[in-house]
Amino acid sequence: MKTSSTRARGTRSRTTRRAALLTALCLALTPACAAESDDEQQLTIFAAASLTESFEELVDRFEEDHPGVDVVTSFDSSATLAGQVLAGAPADVVATADSVTMGILEEENRLAEPPVVFARNEMALVVPAGNPAGIDDVEDLDNADYVVCARTAPCGDLAERILSEAGIEREPRSLEVDVKAVLTKVSLGEADAGLVYVTDVVAAEGDVEEIPLPPSASETTDDLIAVVRGSDEAELAQEFTELVLSPEGGRVLEEAGFQPGRDSDSSP
Amino acid sequence: MTKATPRRPRLGRAPAYLLLPGLLGLAFLVVPLAALVARTPVRGLPERLTDPVVLDALWLSLWTATAAMAISLVVGLPLAWALARLDFPGRSLVRVLVTVPLVLPPVVAGVALLAAFGRNGIIGAPLRELGITIPFTPAAVVVAHTFVALPFLVISVEGALRATSREYDEVAAVLGATRGRTFRRVTVPMALPGIAAGVVLGWARSLGEFGATITFAGNFPGITQTMPLAVYEALQSDPEAAFVLSLLMLLVSVAVLALLRERWFGQVVP
Repeated sequence: MKTSSTRARGTRSRTTRRAALLTALCLALTPACAAESDDEQQLTIFAAASLTESFEELVDRFEEDHPGVDVVTSFDSSATLAGQVLAGAPADVVATADSVTMGILEEENRLAEPPVVFARNEMALVVPAGNPAGIDDVEDLDNADYVVCARTAPCGDLAERILSEAGIEREPRSLEVDVKAVLTKVSLGEADAGLVYVTDVVAAEGDVEEIPLPPSASETTDDLIAVVRGSDEAELAQEFTELVLSPEGGRVLEEAGFQPGRDSDSSP
Repeated sequence: MTKATPRRPRLGRAPAYLLLPGLLGLAFLVVPLAALVARTPVRGLPERLTDPVVLDALWLSLWTATAAMAISLVVGLPLAWALARLDFPGRSLVRVLVTVPLVLPPVVAGVALLAAFGRNGIIGAPLRELGITIPFTPAAVVVAHTFVALPFLVISVEGALRATSREYDEVAAVLGATRGRTFRRVTVPMALPGIAAGVVLGWARSLGEFGATITFAGNFPGITQTMPLAVYEALQSDPEAAFVLSLLMLLVSVAVLALLRERWFGQVVP
């Protein structure tokens, strides 16, 4: 009696263990497991952090129109994404928040065709809801604990230009890795102010307030998209790019706070 | 009472199904580090290593990791002792609570620290009234490091204390020592190698800490930018510099581990 119950337990736990092992193996060898359901196509999109909300919406629509296609997204600083693509990361589509980072990929011949400007974004000075530090103007940053993006990210480059244009001497308290990290520090109230994109103000849904920048200190950036050279899903990648450039894509981007791109079919 | 150790029986040849996976594991750990060394550009190495930003980051990493370990030792040793030697209700729960930060993704740890010690945190807000703000300061780096490294210290020290028999404590008590004196003169000296191992483990974890630091302390050169943060930032703009910084961290880690092993672990791991 006792033996049989022990054995039963032993068997069960061994089965569980085997299942766990299989799962672990699958996780370790994802492509191998994905191959099992081989009618499913996978499209990998690398996009700038500022594109998070609008691209998630576009990906949802794309997946609805393409049953059997699984879209994987990675949102990060444009500089990080460009570095990853250069190092051979398996991206099919890449979208950056400025032409400099995209230019690196173009120069290194990693794009299937010249990138296209699909939207324009503007920098914004934001403060936590309620503006606890009482910031009315960009010049108030000289007496505030503010955060910006690291200089390597497009938003950091633009922030630096705004700060030097406004003659701000005080250093930021932190150089965050991407624009969403800046937004988080401000919306949590850890910083008195931060420099993000207008689209982030929309995305924050009231957690931050925008303080108008003077026209002299306003900075815009182009958002570019391109299919990566050697993509396994070049056709799907092209279709996604077309969706972003379509009037439908334009509406999604506009709702997120983007302005239309300056050109729609030529490289910058 | 014979002093000669009996001849050990032969256990037979090591089976291939143990040796091969073991070797595979070793190769998996060594190959990336060897590749890192191979990829590091030699040209301009001295200039890059003496760049003030690099030296600042290295110095900050070393002192904050050390400070975090000092704090961890002060609060962690008594905690580990209580877990190993005291019988109290809810001890398993306490052990689980101590272990949670070990399994927590570091970024989540950073968010939790903001909720507690941030400017609007439960403890951070009252502190701010007193004129103390922690985020974006080197103190925040120490707090983040302590949070992620303390569990390593507590768990390994508790193991060390359990390994040294409780009977010695009892003998000391019978001979008239108070519990405090027993702790200082018997328990701690006997567990010293294990305590040292815990400190090194925690220190190493602290040196490599990234997620909690960047989330809670931010990233500014010379103030909160530790080596891992500097490596990450360099990777975005200047991958060659990132390789150099990574190599430097590797060398520092190996040097410290080797040094401590020589000095403290000689008796436990011959």
